[in-house]
Amino acid sequence: MNEVLKAVGNIFLKMPKGFVVTFKHLFKKPITLDYPRKKNPMTARYRGKHYLERYDDGTERCVCCGLCAAACPADAIYMEPEENEKGERRAKMYEINLLRCIFCGFCEEACPEEAIFLGQVYEFSEDNRNSFIVGKDDMLVPHPRKDNPLKRIYRRVRRVYGVTDKSK
Amino acid sequence: MSAGKTVTLNMGPQHPSTHGVLRVVLELDGERVIKATPVIGYLHTGIEKTMESKLYYKALPATDRMDYLSPMSNNLGYCLAVEKLMDIDVPEKVKWARVCLAELTRIKSHLVWLGTHALDLGAMSMLLYAFRERESIVDIYEACGGQRMMTSYIRIGGLAHELPRDFDKLVRKALKQIPQGVKDYEDLLTANEIFIRRTRDVAVISAGDAIDYSLSGPMLRGSGVNYDVRKANPYSGYENFDFQIPLGKKGDAYDRYLIRVEEIKQSLRIIQQAIDGMPEGPYRAHIPGVVLPPKEDILYKMESMIFHFKIITEGFKAPCGSVYQAVEAPKGELGFYIAGDGTNKPNRVRVRPPSFINLASLPKLVEGGLFSDVVCAIGSVDIVLGEVDR
Repeated sequence: MNEVLKAVGNIFLKMPKGFVVTFKHLFKKPITLDYPRKKNPMTARYRGKHYLERYDDGTERCVCCGLCAAACPADAIYMEPEENEKGERRAKMYEINLLRCIFCGFCEEACPEEAIFLGQVYEFSEDNRNSFIVGKDDMLVPHPRKDNPLKRIYRRVRRVYGVTDKSK
Repeated sequence: MSAGKTVTLNMGPQHPSTHGVLRVVLELDGERVIKATPVIGYLHTGIEKTMESKLYYKALPATDRMDYLSPMSNNLGYCLAVEKLMDIDVPEKVKWARVCLAELTRIKSHLVWLGTHALDLGAMSMLLYAFRERESIVDIYEACGGQRMMTSYIRIGGLAHELPRDFDKLVRKALKQIPQGVKDYEDLLTANEIFIRRTRDVAVISAGDAIDYSLSGPMLRGSGVNYDVRKANPYSGYENFDFQIPLGKKGDAYDRYLIRVEEIKQSLRIIQQAIDGMPEGPYRAHIPGVVLPPKEDILYKMESMIFHFKIITEGFKAPCGSVYQAVEAPKGELGFYIAGDGTNKPNRVRVRPPSFINLASLPKLVEGGLFSDVVCAIGSVDIVLGEVDR
């Protein structure tokens, strides 16, 4: 009997503290977003869908060295090389299987030419599996990007070595 | 009790309160649990075997995916084990940053536990509040490693990138926000008669049994055994930090709740010390041939470029021998046993997963109790099935 009284007492004396917490939240601004209409911007390092970078004059940076494919823990990258009209090496075929990709960012870290980057795009659902095997044409940016991460790297290089970009 | 009239009930693998794909075969006599048999393996992904077939640095993303609620602790455990095997010393700043991130991970994991455990017991709003505070930590993850769950940020020999420029600001924001949240949770639950009735004297395990079952983490400390890897075998510079290990008395679900809430507070203290005293320095050890050189070196130094190619394509060769390195993950003692055989791939990787071993005590916790307390017991063990099955 004593215990029951104690429990009932607790309910009336101590639990209102919890109700106050819930009640206070009525007047707080919600932190949720109206998602498809509003989106949080992703951070600069976000590892989303890949893209391939170009030099300032429009040629592709990728020389098909295969280092990204070697670094890939999921074996998601396949490539075949060829030579362009100037005799420079470039990728004839460059495929990433986004279904295998685990978005670890190792390819971005491995790339010695600063060609591949993981971008900010995270919404790329498709209705068939074949569309997830993205080729070079899907990933190459149409023109050199204004706000690309390369600028950040070159700023750091300039600070460390006092030299400028070696790009053509 | 009527003899010989028992019902066998299958709980899971799709039961929402089993926190994943755990199946528990229960033998019931009315409402009483006579026998409980956890059945695991529904999420088996062969992570240990995968790690054995990959280069040392390539096995790292697999560790993220074991205990997906605390990726940084897993990264830390694996990296410390490989560093022990290779005899690598990391810079002082890396140690402090790792401690800071590991403690943030502990808070994040405990918040998810708190939300889901309270949700199992009927307190819906707890989940929403806990995830609100978790968001501030996930934002730090995103700024550091570029992803919100599978960070792969802690690497062998250091960190993946320099700490982000607004790291200090983000952590201080979280340090301000989380204590307010914790106060809310305590107001909601600690004195809540319904919560106490559901958790007090439920899923009790004595100190002796807890040691016999080889439990670790809050499960062990809830029974009053003072064992924490951070204090017993300090790693990554934990001996420089001032914090307490909360201990329980009875070893029931309520004690474990109190301990986890107290651990959040202690973690906040450690993070405060780590962020105030963060030393300057490089974010990666300079060990040619083992640790990747920084990107700016690769673009302008021939040797760095050669080492970069060699590490990426061939990895590094670890010496023969085996190491065991344990870290205090949010769920308990997470150990990595790595046996190197002189090649660039580990010969054997064995993980001591805290969830798996803690889960083994489930029959002890629930047998003889009521059926509805099974939900509370599973919740209070704090399992992640990704880690249980690996």
